Amino acid sequence: MTTLPTHTETRLGLVIDLDTCVGCHACVVSCKGWNTQNYGAPLSDQNPYGADPSGTFLNRVHSYEVTPDDGPAQLVHFPKSCLHCEDAPCVTVCPTGASYKRSEDGIVLVNESDCIGCGLCAWACPYGARELDAAEGVMKKCTLCVDRIYNENLPEEDRVPACVRTCPAGARHFGDLSDPNSAISALVEQRGGFDLMPEQGTKPVNKYLPPRPKDTWEAETDVLAPFLAPVAEDARGFLGWIDRTLSKL
Amino acid sequence: MPDPHLDLNPAVSDEVRKTTCYMCACRCGINVHMKGGKVAYIEGNRDHPINKGVLCAKGSAGIMQHNSPARLRAPLRRVGPRGSGKFEEISWDEALQTAVDWLKPLREKAPEKLAFFTGRDQSQSFTGWWAQQFGTPNFAAHGGFCSVNMAAAGIYTMGGAFWEFGTPDWDHAKLFILFGVAEDHDSNPIKMGIGRLKARGAKVIGVNPVRSGYNAVADEWVGITPGTDGLLILSLIHCLMKAGQIDLDYLTRYTDAPLLLDGDPKSDTYGLLLRDAEGRAQVIDRATGKPAAADSPGVAPDPGAHWRHAGVTHVTVLHRMAETYLIPDYAPEAVSERCGVSSAQIRALAAQISRAAYDEPVVIDQPWTDWRGERHERMVGRGVAFHAMRGISAHSNGFQTCRALHMLQILIGAVETPGGMRFKPPYPKPATAHPRPHAKATPGQPLPGPHLGYPQGPEDLALSDDGTPLRIDKAFTWENPLSAHGLMHMVISNAAAADPYKIDTLFLYMANMAWNSSMNTRGVMEMLTRTDDSGDYVIPRIIYSDAYSSEMVAYADLILPDTTYLERHDCISLLDRPVSEADAAADAIRWPVVAPDRNVRGFQSVLLDLGARLGLPGMTEPDGTPTYSDYADYMTRHERRPGVGPLAGWRGAHGDQHGRGDPNPDQIDRYIANGGFCAQHVPPDARYFKPWNAAYQDWAVQIGLMDKATPYRFTLYAEPLRRFQRAAEGHGPHQPPDHLRDQMKTRLTPLPTWYDTADQTNCADYPVHALTQRPMAMYHSWGGQNAWLRQIHGRNPMYLPTALMRAHDLKDGDWVCVTSPHGAITVPVAEMAALNPHTIWTWNAIGKRGGAWALDKNAPEATKGFLLNHVIHELLPPRGDGLRWSNSDPVTGQAAWFDLRVRIEKTTALADHIPPQASPVPPAPKVLRWQVKD
Repeated sequence: MTTLPTHTETRLGLVIDLDTCVGCHACVVSCKGWNTQNYGAPLSDQNPYGADPSGTFLNRVHSYEVTPDDGPAQLVHFPKSCLHCEDAPCVTVCPTGASYKRSEDGIVLVNESDCIGCGLCAWACPYGARELDAAEGVMKKCTLCVDRIYNENLPEEDRVPACVRTCPAGARHFGDLSDPNSAISALVEQRGGFDLMPEQGTKPVNKYLPPRPKDTWEAETDVLAPFLAPVAEDARGFLGWIDRTLSKL
Repeated sequence: MPDPHLDLNPAVSDEVRKTTCYMCACRCGINVHMKGGKVAYIEGNRDHPINKGVLCAKGSAGIMQHNSPARLRAPLRRVGPRGSGKFEEISWDEALQTAVDWLKPLREKAPEKLAFFTGRDQSQSFTGWWAQQFGTPNFAAHGGFCSVNMAAAGIYTMGGAFWEFGTPDWDHAKLFILFGVAEDHDSNPIKMGIGRLKARGAKVIGVNPVRSGYNAVADEWVGITPGTDGLLILSLIHCLMKAGQIDLDYLTRYTDAPLLLDGDPKSDTYGLLLRDAEGRAQVIDRATGKPAAADSPGVAPDPGAHWRHAGVTHVTVLHRMAETYLIPDYAPEAVSERCGVSSAQIRALAAQISRAAYDEPVVIDQPWTDWRGERHERMVGRGVAFHAMRGISAHSNGFQTCRALHMLQILIGAVETPGGMRFKPPYPKPATAHPRPHAKATPGQPLPGPHLGYPQGPEDLALSDDGTPLRIDKAFTWENPLSAHGLMHMVISNAAAADPYKIDTLFLYMANMAWNSSMNTRGVMEMLTRTDDSGDYVIPRIIYSDAYSSEMVAYADLILPDTTYLERHDCISLLDRPVSEADAAADAIRWPVVAPDRNVRGFQSVLLDLGARLGLPGMTEPDGTPTYSDYADYMTRHERRPGVGPLAGWRGAHGDQHGRGDPNPDQIDRYIANGGFCAQHVPPDARYFKPWNAAYQDWAVQIGLMDKATPYRFTLYAEPLRRFQRAAEGHGPHQPPDHLRDQMKTRLTPLPTWYDTADQTNCADYPVHALTQRPMAMYHSWGGQNAWLRQIHGRNPMYLPTALMRAHDLKDGDWVCVTSPHGAITVPVAEMAALNPHTIWTWNAIGKRGGAWALDKNAPEATKGFLLNHVIHELLPPRGDGLRWSNSDPVTGQAAWFDLRVRIEKTTALADHIPPQASPVPPAPKVLRWQVKD
């Protein structure tokens, strides 16, 4: 058993906009690149050129189809990584104290030197956000790029997680969710940001912004109709309209 | 317990080297982080005009491409039969001498016997120049099987299209409408743009049979039936014209809408613009009611006028458009069923365009002056922007569909106005400002001009005096007169058939023609290995340059191994396909951020070396020594026109001139110091209305984009098409063969039209459309060798709509046989609800041939992956008229990939696979732990 901090000074996390995420996997690969080079062991790949390649990724994008009752089917791209939960079951289940939640900023990390690769934390995580690296035998997970966000070797504007820096559509936002005045708290407020699987009681720090309503044109038919009010029925009428229009100028 | 100590300030890298990505055609700026002299991490360059810091999955996975086990290692000579993949390594001297021995006699006797085609080449202004100096007419890159319909339709209509030519005004558009698959062209800018639109609350509408990718985030989805986009667009035009929701002022000032057409059937210029004795296009002046030269001072053209003269009525272009598009055939109710879109949704789409365009015009408080000298206090635009690329292009009605889309944009005044479509310098550039094609070869001499261009009429076709095609791909012939990018997809089949003539050496660069870049893939493999009666290959010699062990490698006799993109010099030039944005002319370089660790050389440097060994003009000094030591030297010192070279930045002896100036020996260093690119910003009063804006025209001349101001009117009515139609009607000295006359009359209409791509006789047998979409995380077959990307897109099921899954009693993972008129493939299926009910699709170019790309023989790409290419033929099935018609657009020759129709049957058997090729590279590693230490 490992204990969680009773309080964290900030709650750093991601806000992911499901209305804007085009499912391009840019975040997935920039994360793989950064974290292969940085925090702890590299993210390895088994059979990378073989029949069944599988590697460690700290962030993956899944796509789900949703078919509403009253409109065409939709596709939602859903990026998923560690949500840095306030009540992180992956931490409390850890037998060695390797998994921990930082008291400064709430980031959940694995201290790899203490990790025995038992996999209990991955089992405890309801989101499937942890992956045991097959080459190293240690648990890997999103670090929120803890080695970037404070890193004075990086220009200040680059002190954000790699996934946020690279996201082409600007669907990923980083900041302090404990500060109601932060830009991302405002975004959560404005856009109805929600917790993933709140019934699990994990109190995730990361939030998702829901897709906006789609395919609403039928409700607008009356509003739109005047924009197509005919000025002519055929070519002759159209030329008459040109004449009338020009003579008004 | 205190938290473990963490180093929060680890060193990121020893050095950052800034160059240009090549993981797709987008060409973003990248920061390559180096550790201990090795590539450690790649991220986007924040200063770069294309990507402004972001980077897609492909770009971030560049480290895996750079270190791919599929990299070729040395020049190779074939030792087994073609296709086997058996080679021996040879030295560069031997390789180059072999190439010289093959090519030198061709140049001296028959330069056209070299066919040089360069695939996804990003150095076409150089490779084309090389081919021109060699003297062969047979050069092109891959545009003909990609998106030439979009590019050519744009050039002929308004002097540019999308992507490299122009961009939606992401900062001001209120409505953005995206047609068809577009995920791989202008990759990051579109994602960034959609993000910006969404952040501003602008609306995004996707028109695509498949609701994936960008269409998945679209606020509204129009699940159109493939091949009917043109019909939908003409219906939108019908609705907008009928409602008077067009921009009359814009049309009158900036387009040919008010120009009179010669209505005299007896005239030599019947159906062309009516011109006066000085050749000036005529309008009716509203003040006098009489004809006048359109751009004379003080003339106010009447766009709705007609002129009755000598018993003949001449009408304006807009008048002709009204006659053409206001007929009931284009009413939403008339097109709804064919398009698979309800008439109510078509009307809603038209109304939303109208609302966004006219309810709240986009206004920028920036005075500007037009070329007539008239000052405008503000820049006013329409707030409706469009984008389309491959999706609507790759049909046999694609040219006219793209024309229709450009017409729609122009009609509402949304081109080069705030909120609409904006050109990127050096565009706008109308067809008349481009070269015309050159194809007459003379032994021992360079070609008289560039290969590719924009014909203005039949006299510009690449035909010999007896009417036979001058080019091996039959570009610029009556079958496809405006084939502005050539027809790379026809080269191998024509060469194998010795039609129109036999060639000797096929020289390809970066074009996987034995696999995903050819229609009829099995057939092409057979053609590449076909022998004549004496046992010789019908294509006697094949030289290929690639960096990787692609499927095409196995079919070459001589391999010139290229470097990876991080090991080479390149220039992304304003002479060619630059990386400009709407507010800046920009070009860029690649430079070797690491040296190759194999016996490989950058292809462009090899080509210069080969050129010097062949004694080609421009590459050889009078004493026979090479003019350029390598490609970097060429980039610095070559001048295409006095003062204008491959790179525009930091010219002149002191490096203080941009655009025009003498070569600067330090130029590449200046690019490197600036992050690998140069951006020259458009002045504020020149940012919009570029074709007509005096400040833009002056700026473009000043920086060398053009030699004199060239204002022009957009051409809704395409006179070059009408000139071909006139020929088909029997007029003029250049006459098409009789069997093409009907096709030319009906397909080469000067106003955009729509015709059905479906062969109505066999629709019942092949009721389903089959398409590919582009995964955002994979570029063509290249991506398959990438350890990270293939974990994302290593499999490609055929996605079927729910109704088809039920009808055929299928569940995910079952197999179906997909049969087209040409052939059949067996593929795994997966269900997708967000799909047009008559359409099935898969990801493009995931399937691989066993043995290629250093993949294991049991890799799913080879065992389960598949290409639709196998069931698409370059020719249509016989129609019983004794002719074989091309499966392409009759205007440009663009390969009609997306016209494919199939039927499906459930099956349990796996199809037989093409036998694997031997791999010329060692086996790939079993585990990767890619941490680069200092």
